[in-house]
Amino acid sequence: MSDVPDIAFQILQSVLVVLAAPLVLGWVNQCRAWLQNRTAPSICLPYYTLAKLFHKDAVIAEHASPVFRLTPYILFGCMWLAAGIVPVLATSLPFAPAADIIALVAVFALARVFASLAAMDIGTAFGGLGARREMLIGFLAEPAMLMTLFTAAFISGSTQLTTIVDTLAHRELALYPSLAFAAVAFLMVLLAENARVPVDNPTTHLELTMLHEALILEYSARHLALVEWAAAIKLFAYMTIGFALFVPWGIAEAGDWAGLPFAVAALAVKLALAGAGLALIETVSAKFRLFLAPEFLSTAFLLAVLGMLTHFLVRG
Amino acid sequence: MTVSPLIGALAATAAWLAIGVLALVPAGNAAFARKIAFPLGALVGLALAVFGLQAAWEPAESLTLLLGLPDLPFHVRLDPLAGFFLLLLGAVSAGISVYAAGYFHDEAPERLTLIGLQYFVFLAAMALVTLADDAYLFMVAWETMALASYFLVTTDHHQPAIRSAGFLYLLIAHLGAIAILLCFGILHGGQGDYSFAALRDAELTPFWASVAFLLAFFGFGAKAGMLPLHAWLPEAHPAAPSPVSALMSGIMLKTAIYGMVRVIYDLIGGVRWEWGVIVLLIGAATTLFGVLYALMQHDLKRLLAYHSVENIGIILLGLGMSMVFFGFGHPAAGVLGLVAALYHTLNHAVFKGLLFLGAGAILHRRGLRDLNDMGGLIRSMPRTAFYFLIGALAISALPPLNGFVSEWLTFQTALQAPILQHGVVRSLLPLFAAMLALAGALTAMCFVKVFGIAFLGQPREPRHPVHAPAAHQAGDCGPMERLGMAWLAAGCFVLGLFPASMLLLLNRVGTSLTGWGLSDEALASGWLWLVPTTPAQASYSPVIFLLVIVGVVLLTILLVRRFYHGRVRYSHPWDCGFPEQTPRMQDTADAFGQSIRHVFGPLYLMKRHLPGPDDPAPRFTLKIEDRHWYWLYLPVARLVEFVSSRVGLLQRGRISIYLLYSFITLIALLVFVR
Repeated sequence: MSDVPDIAFQILQSVLVVLAAPLVLGWVNQCRAWLQNRTAPSICLPYYTLAKLFHKDAVIAEHASPVFRLTPYILFGCMWLAAGIVPVLATSLPFAPAADIIALVAVFALARVFASLAAMDIGTAFGGLGARREMLIGFLAEPAMLMTLFTAAFISGSTQLTTIVDTLAHRELALYPSLAFAAVAFLMVLLAENARVPVDNPTTHLELTMLHEALILEYSARHLALVEWAAAIKLFAYMTIGFALFVPWGIAEAGDWAGLPFAVAALAVKLALAGAGLALIETVSAKFRLFLAPEFLSTAFLLAVLGMLTHFLVRG
Repeated sequence: MTVSPLIGALAATAAWLAIGVLALVPAGNAAFARKIAFPLGALVGLALAVFGLQAAWEPAESLTLLLGLPDLPFHVRLDPLAGFFLLLLGAVSAGISVYAAGYFHDEAPERLTLIGLQYFVFLAAMALVTLADDAYLFMVAWETMALASYFLVTTDHHQPAIRSAGFLYLLIAHLGAIAILLCFGILHGGQGDYSFAALRDAELTPFWASVAFLLAFFGFGAKAGMLPLHAWLPEAHPAAPSPVSALMSGIMLKTAIYGMVRVIYDLIGGVRWEWGVIVLLIGAATTLFGVLYALMQHDLKRLLAYHSVENIGIILLGLGMSMVFFGFGHPAAGVLGLVAALYHTLNHAVFKGLLFLGAGAILHRRGLRDLNDMGGLIRSMPRTAFYFLIGALAISALPPLNGFVSEWLTFQTALQAPILQHGVVRSLLPLFAAMLALAGALTAMCFVKVFGIAFLGQPREPRHPVHAPAAHQAGDCGPMERLGMAWLAAGCFVLGLFPASMLLLLNRVGTSLTGWGLSDEALASGWLWLVPTTPAQASYSPVIFLLVIVGVVLLTILLVRRFYHGRVRYSHPWDCGFPEQTPRMQDTADAFGQSIRHVFGPLYLMKRHLPGPDDPAPRFTLKIEDRHWYWLYLPVARLVEFVSSRVGLLQRGRISIYLLYSFITLIALLVFVR
């Protein structure tokens, strides 16, 4: 059902996403440093960190089980797979029909389950704490995320992300109130799922507040590198899902190879803006208490539901 | 194939009965029950599965047996729906029976022979429930099933808690049976013929059809563990020996789903959308209740029992959506919902059977059932851990295993909502999908808790062991137990990876039941692609999914190995540099649920005691109870006690008064008869 250029493009895109993901993270960190009046680190700092980690010797607790050692690879694989489903540059992705938006959410859930299991594997107090908190955020964010995606699915009549993007990119520039609600909900889910400031602080190692860091506390060297890289890909994937649903313009259509350079440029602009926006949000807001996270995410859920109901109402 | 599936299925049922009786005959000869009866029973189960599969592709067959009362013979019939449930019963029970052969290895002989009899009578009764084609045989088989399972639940009847669990089970089972009987009575309408063919032809007014629906729904729901008739389930399932828990949770609950589908779709017919809304509401409440209470449990088997409640809710969500679509005249979407519900029925049987067997292995080999006593079992029981992990991932609805496929199909059914005419129902359906998403994520959390606490981490000090394990039990479980678990684990993979083939089978079931089928595009998509409606709308290919994920994981491992050294140093856990580490500092099962208690606090009935800061002997206690006991069960029990105490006033214990009663009765009768 697909030909060679499509498959080549599929592979190219997923490799590109994996390679470019730390760059986005570097850009967010740089913007944040500027906004906070600090001297910004190099945009390539995440790459240097990964290279450093890969070269170190891994230290593993004596009684770690295979689950612990395998998890970084599974996390990385899940995120790589997600990067293959999301239309980043063009909608001709022969792999995309194999997994729709529901499967995409399930891939993130799979990664989360393994990350939490690995955290509990060593049997330290922090590991269990991190796993518990991560799953708490997860079960709150997942329904909100699905509702957001369902709103888009109802508009386009499909749960295939490529079809959704094709439909949304070709609509006339009308205001969809349902999508506006969904966009706010999606942004809140993005912040929570990627351990960003109002919910978690990616730079802290303060024991009592950390979520994501508590989860990966026991990892070192190449394992840690893979986990961190996977987190960067996850952020990238979430951003591009957001673009695909809410600002799909500029993406190349299936078979339209001439539109590709323009698509790359459009993506770069969108990522730059989104990264700066994320840094701004992280600068102007403070981290919540853990138990405000449920309120934050249930607000996101309610907004997503409102968006869906608006769709049904407006459509008649 | 020369053997007709119906004859084959009857022969298999008879074989189970024969094995059960034979297990009893050489009294005290446990070796027969252990070495021959259970493996033979597993083979019979496989044969039954094959006949069921065959029947799903053939036209319905029926037969009148020369059994039963004079003038009231038993009718049996095997159609695709019954064939599908026989497939479920045979295939899942095969794994459980093999496992039982290993599990009952050290059982006392006199107990084992009795368990063998009850076990096989139970299996045969479940087969007869699906084969029955008249209300008479159906009720006989249904009651046999209830009684056999009651005796299995009360295997350890010397414990008072288990006796009362068994009594509660029997009580609710019979309440359900009465409702089913009344439902048959309404359908029957006084014609004197209780065969299903006659019940099917009965013309009912909408009112009586709705009454019959409610009776069937709550009657079968009581057996399925649906809210608010679920109270027996978390008591009875953990009380039974583990293979029996697996049978009850995996298969027996499914006979209730069978009954529901059979009576509502087939016998009553003319499904109304209002019924679907009722099913949806109860299904959603059951789902959420089941998973939230499962998260609060620390007894592994009880936790799994609550998850059975949850999964029955998920099946009901699929059924309810299907009924809504049928009621509004959208049969294609209706069949999709039915297919999703039946698929989840099969999936739940497979993974819940597997999980109960895993819990049984821990109980049998370590004498533990409290999660807070376990820890680090992956090192001493690696194989059990592996199979349990597969079951845990499957029940958490993670791709590419089977739980995900049926939940995906349920989501796809909900996404058909825009075709509905009724505005409120149209916007309700996606909300039920959101409920399903929430339940799925909570289930994942619960199984992270179970697997993380039981199998990962460091061993905890057992404080409530059920029994001290014998010396020869120290290792992993035996080969028969492993075979049983491996069979069900393979089922999780097969059902997860080849859903398109199952879709064809279930479409046959739906077509034979309702006369409608899925879209042609869905059926023509080939074995690789699962397409519920059209490929443009949605598709999923688990095989490609698995290949890609395994491919990229292997590629990552290869690249990391190729470009970097693979050096590893082993050391103490870091834990933020905290020096002292004891197993007691790990999270417990109760601690893991703390955030849930915080978020969903109002839904629980919590009795908590927080010690003050200057308490010399601080003890934190927490008790979580089921609200239903207080607003439903206990008031009903008090009412029954009150009424019976009033009726008891009649009993004076003096013969003259009883003679007076007889005299008054006679006078009254004479007045009426004249």
